[in-house]
Amino acid sequence: MRRTRASLLASLAVATAALAPIAAIATLALGADVAFDIRSLGILTHTVLLAGLSVAGAVLLGVPLAVLTTYADLPLRRLWVAALAAPLAIPSYIGAFAYFAAFGPGGELDRLIGLPSPRIEGLAGSALIMSLYTYPFVLLSTRAALQSLDGSVVDAARTLGLSLPAALWHVVLPRARNGIAAGALLVALYALSDFATPAIMGLDTFTRMIYVEYNAFGLDRAAMMSLQLLALVVIVLWLEARVRVRRERFGRRVHLPLSTGARRLALAVAAAVVMATVVVPLAVFGLWLAREGAIGFEASFAFNSAYAAGLAAAVTLVVAVPVAHAATTGGLGRLCERITYLGFGVPGIVMGTALVYIGLRLPLLYQTLALLVLAYVLRFLPLAVGAVRASSDRVEDSMVGAARSLGAGPAEAFRRVSLPLILPGVIAAAALVFLEAMRELPATLLLRPTGFDTLATYLWRVYDAGQLGRGAVPALALVAISAAALAIMLAGESRRRRLTPL
Amino acid sequence: MLETRRLTVRYGRTTAVDALDLALADDEIVTLVGPTGCGKTSVLRAVAGLLPPSDGEIRLGALRIDARHDVPPEKRGVGLVFQDFALFPHLNVADNVAFRLRDRGPAEHWIERLGLAAHRQAMPDTLSGGQKQRVALARALAHAPALMLLDEPLASLDAALKAELRWEIRDVLKAAGTPALWVTHDQTEALSVGDRMGVMHTGRLEQIDTPDVCFRLPATRFVARFLGDAAFVPGRLEADRLVTAIGHAPAPRDCTGERVDVLVRPDDLSLQPAAGGDGGNGHVAWARYEGETRLYGIGLDHGETLRVRTNHEHDYARGMRVAARICAGHPLAAFPPGD
Repeated sequence: MRRTRASLLASLAVATAALAPIAAIATLALGADVAFDIRSLGILTHTVLLAGLSVAGAVLLGVPLAVLTTYADLPLRRLWVAALAAPLAIPSYIGAFAYFAAFGPGGELDRLIGLPSPRIEGLAGSALIMSLYTYPFVLLSTRAALQSLDGSVVDAARTLGLSLPAALWHVVLPRARNGIAAGALLVALYALSDFATPAIMGLDTFTRMIYVEYNAFGLDRAAMMSLQLLALVVIVLWLEARVRVRRERFGRRVHLPLSTGARRLALAVAAAVVMATVVVPLAVFGLWLAREGAIGFEASFAFNSAYAAGLAAAVTLVVAVPVAHAATTGGLGRLCERITYLGFGVPGIVMGTALVYIGLRLPLLYQTLALLVLAYVLRFLPLAVGAVRASSDRVEDSMVGAARSLGAGPAEAFRRVSLPLILPGVIAAAALVFLEAMRELPATLLLRPTGFDTLATYLWRVYDAGQLGRGAVPALALVAISAAALAIMLAGESRRRRLTPL
Repeated sequence: MLETRRLTVRYGRTTAVDALDLALADDEIVTLVGPTGCGKTSVLRAVAGLLPPSDGEIRLGALRIDARHDVPPEKRGVGLVFQDFALFPHLNVADNVAFRLRDRGPAEHWIERLGLAAHRQAMPDTLSGGQKQRVALARALAHAPALMLLDEPLASLDAALKAELRWEIRDVLKAAGTPALWVTHDQTEALSVGDRMGVMHTGRLEQIDTPDVCFRLPATRFVARFLGDAAFVPGRLEADRLVTAIGHAPAPRDCTGERVDVLVRPDDLSLQPAAGGDGGNGHVAWARYEGETRLYGIGLDHGETLRVRTNHEHDYARGMRVAARICAGHPLAAFPPGD
């Protein structure tokens, strides 16, 4: 009983902290001299167009690849799935960075082999990069939907007179629609929130202009734009909440026979996508590493990243356990948990702006590492709460009851039954928060104490100073870190799937 | 061994268990049966210590438990077998069974006894439902409980396994000499495995007696209907006989009142084709073939429909005129009319 009350109080405190940035943004925006003008209209247009084009691109890439990798007999199919999902492990700003450097007059392609190529920039460039690095969201959600679809519906459609492509179009796709939509909305959310991709591509979106205003000491204008961006995010989240992904019982797999020519074409497309998303940036960074080595890079960047992210992971975990526990005790606890999920929807640049303002009001926090860690905690707490709850769902009341009836006291029951069952989830959650914090850029950029550089901010400085070649080491380090995060996430998912009876 | 006195359990405003009196002898198996939501599982959880009693008393051996004096589950010496088995998923079969044992001898004994020797090292999620239930039983027995509580132990198993495990669990409990309270919603299970059975309805114990008495002489119409097909035929009490329009039967000892409703079950009735002087009293409305027996619906001339069970050899066509008669040699239950 006492433990319940304690975790409820802790949960209330966390929920209050999670609401603080939004309150700060709203307060700050009141002081802005203009709410919405012709310039804002342009920014809004760019932002919405970028999100729309990214979704379109990601769906066009993701859905056909999902159909192929799920239904067709491709050689080394599992390997292809892994390779096609790999772009998730590359933050899109790394891709933007590589493409920005490789193409156009004076780009690496031009310098290396004298091949003229158009510059990749602006709306088209941003949308291209965004599509290339977010289509795996659509690929994975569509695959999940397609896998759970019983193949006999296709057979039924064909016996009723439809050709195979027509059957896929009329019978399979409508039932995978919600899966596709779920992935597409993740893409939209990502495209709205991402700061560095449009910034590197020189596209004036909300995230980029918030940063510009922030640098021009227009914090109130930055807040006003943050508020407008949050409104867009809310629309996407609202749509997301309405999409129900229906899980069907796994049935017979649909089989898609391909002619040799069609199979070659499919493999060529898949290879081209992997080439564009993974090989190109790695080649660019490899080239730079060979040419310039680690000039300018200091080990302290990596250490700072790990230090701040480690603190964030530890604090997040300490905070996530009571929030997850309180959520199981009743309505108020569940409301608090929902509120902490807000942080996930707040783009990093907006979180940064809000906390800069809070820091200005509370000089104790201003320019301290604590403020940066707080930003990480608020942003990534939902990941940890979700993982802790998923693993504590494994501990049923009856298991603790069984341990007690066998003669174990509450402490022993916790130590020998509950703890071993939730520990893997808790450790995975900590690792996930750690790795997400390592690759976070915009909030870090705004909140880092003077002289405190991380891998991500160093990469940004290198870009800002035009010394692109020096970005090799931090970029490769960030790719490696992100790959580890992805591996942990996928391992956690397959473990959950194994433990959930159908 | 176990005694509850006016045990009451409330969840907020709802009363799940209402002033329940129940007593278990030292080696007795008592089944507690009733429809979903009748409070039977709450009784079990209160005895196990997973749910505090709101009122009344639980006596477990020398322990006295009431709303103010709680004893935690680990101090009660009861074994608990759950419907969902509640095996610890991170421990293998042997470690589950020997969870708190220093000496693994008893664990080995019950693993062998329940035919789990080949699965000692298996993890719970690789076992079948029947195997999981055996592990749960072995685990509870290995910790030598003074009383065993079984919460719908067979509910998540398929029919063939149910019948087999039902007897196995009873035999094992009897061999261990452990008294048990066995909760189920399945009346066949309750009738067959219990030394005595208690029938619960909306938090109250309607009747507790041997299965035979509960079935033949139910204390209430609810018990009568819950335990099997039941029809009530109006009749009169004449001396020590119950007389109805379709025949007569001995009256139970404590029967009172002049006009009564007599409980007839399908096998208390016999069926003859109407022939000669006997024009019969009804016709065959429907017939179901059940393998060893046949079940007939007989539309009586004055309107009611009775169910009659006969030997499979008697094949009567639908619409045929028949005579349905009470043929029970034992006393039939009688209830005041219209309650």
